[in-house]
Amino acid sequence: MSDYISHDHEHDDIDRRGFLQCMAWAGTGLLWTVSGGVLASRTLAQIAKAGEPLRATDLSFLQISDSHIGFSKEANKDVTATFQIALDRINAMPTPPSFLIHTGDITQLSKPEEFDTFDQVLKSCRTKDVFYVPGEHDVLNDGGKLYRERYLKSVEAKGSGWYSFNKNGVHFIGLVNVLDLQAGGLGQLGDEQLEWLEADVKGLGSSTPIVVFAHIPLWAVYPQWGWGTSDSERALGYLKRFGSVTVLNGHIHQVLQKVEGNITFHTAMSTAFPQPAPGTAPSPGPMKVPAEKLRSMLGLTSVQYKQGKTALAVVDSNLS
Amino acid sequence: MTTLTPRNKRIALLCAISFLNLSSVALAGEMKNADSTSTTQNKIEIKDFAFNPQTLKVKSGEKITWINRDEEPHTVVSVEKQFKKSTALDTDQEFTITAGVPGTYTYFCSVHPKMTGTIVVEK
Repeated sequence: MSDYISHDHEHDDIDRRGFLQCMAWAGTGLLWTVSGGVLASRTLAQIAKAGEPLRATDLSFLQISDSHIGFSKEANKDVTATFQIALDRINAMPTPPSFLIHTGDITQLSKPEEFDTFDQVLKSCRTKDVFYVPGEHDVLNDGGKLYRERYLKSVEAKGSGWYSFNKNGVHFIGLVNVLDLQAGGLGQLGDEQLEWLEADVKGLGSSTPIVVFAHIPLWAVYPQWGWGTSDSERALGYLKRFGSVTVLNGHIHQVLQKVEGNITFHTAMSTAFPQPAPGTAPSPGPMKVPAEKLRSMLGLTSVQYKQGKTALAVVDSNLS
Repeated sequence: MTTLTPRNKRIALLCAISFLNLSSVALAGEMKNADSTSTTQNKIEIKDFAFNPQTLKVKSGEKITWINRDEEPHTVVSVEKQFKKSTALDTDQEFTITAGVPGTYTYFCSVHPKMTGTIVVEK
């Protein structure tokens, strides 16, 4: 099997071979760089291996997701260790990223001791600024109270925890789509958050690059498994006028990408365990792989796009 | 003036059931681990992100127990808030309620809301 997979994202179809290869990765993170209007992603290992320093004017940040601290079953009995490996990769980078984004499911069961373990391990990371959005696993029994107390200290969060901030001319928006879910439905943003979003981007020039991050995909990846957000269309409607919009999600523990107009959707791998490709198993959930293969399933993804263009160049490869 | 369509009648009935439940403590929830002794016959297994059976008929006064066989946490939450919701059930954890006033009770998993089920309580 080739190490490299190229996708032509002028089409919406997903390359199945690439899909199957991507879905098996775990224990990694993505580095996003913004330079001269070009936003690209590549994995940590690729950065560390290549030893490519970033330019001083670049903005780099890193997406990690779905650490599921507290999970201890067959798919990965030591998710703390694989989370630590991801952090080690960050620390090995020649130029550390400006900040991290965690796209949710910090913990498996929202337990205080699971959050404690996450925080303790995270202390080893050289990059100290981390921006969070919650996953459904982080808000299980208290509607997200504990999560909000711990992880929103550095932002001006509204409602159930959404917020925005600016870095190097890029406008970042962290959304919450895992609360107040309705029977039979999908992820949900809700009216209050959508109204806030509309107002938040109203004053921005259309050339401002936008990065949106939320846990559950903001596009219909596979609604049969709940992999989508019921009112995401309305949110995306407010962003259509912008020349460059990047939507980063977690939840599905595999890399998927889609381009729609000026909006690029990307889901990240988990640092804990893979999940099956949509429709390839009776249900979603932890996917068991041979223990000796788990670490070798670390992967890398390189993505580039230019403002105003729909073409997205993607190169993925595994590390084995 | 609201027309009493079948749907509205059903909602009115559900509201009435809900009101009655407030005074009769129709469905009281309790949680326990799977390894504890259980005498209930009305078991709902949660597996592969589904409640099985999806519809369960019970008699008023009987116990109903859900058991989670997935590696994912799930919850049992009444759509109409007619009974106390479970906390997140980890693998092999159970949640038990006692069926009260006859009627139809729909519920879902608030973590994975695609998962829905129905309890029909008969006299």
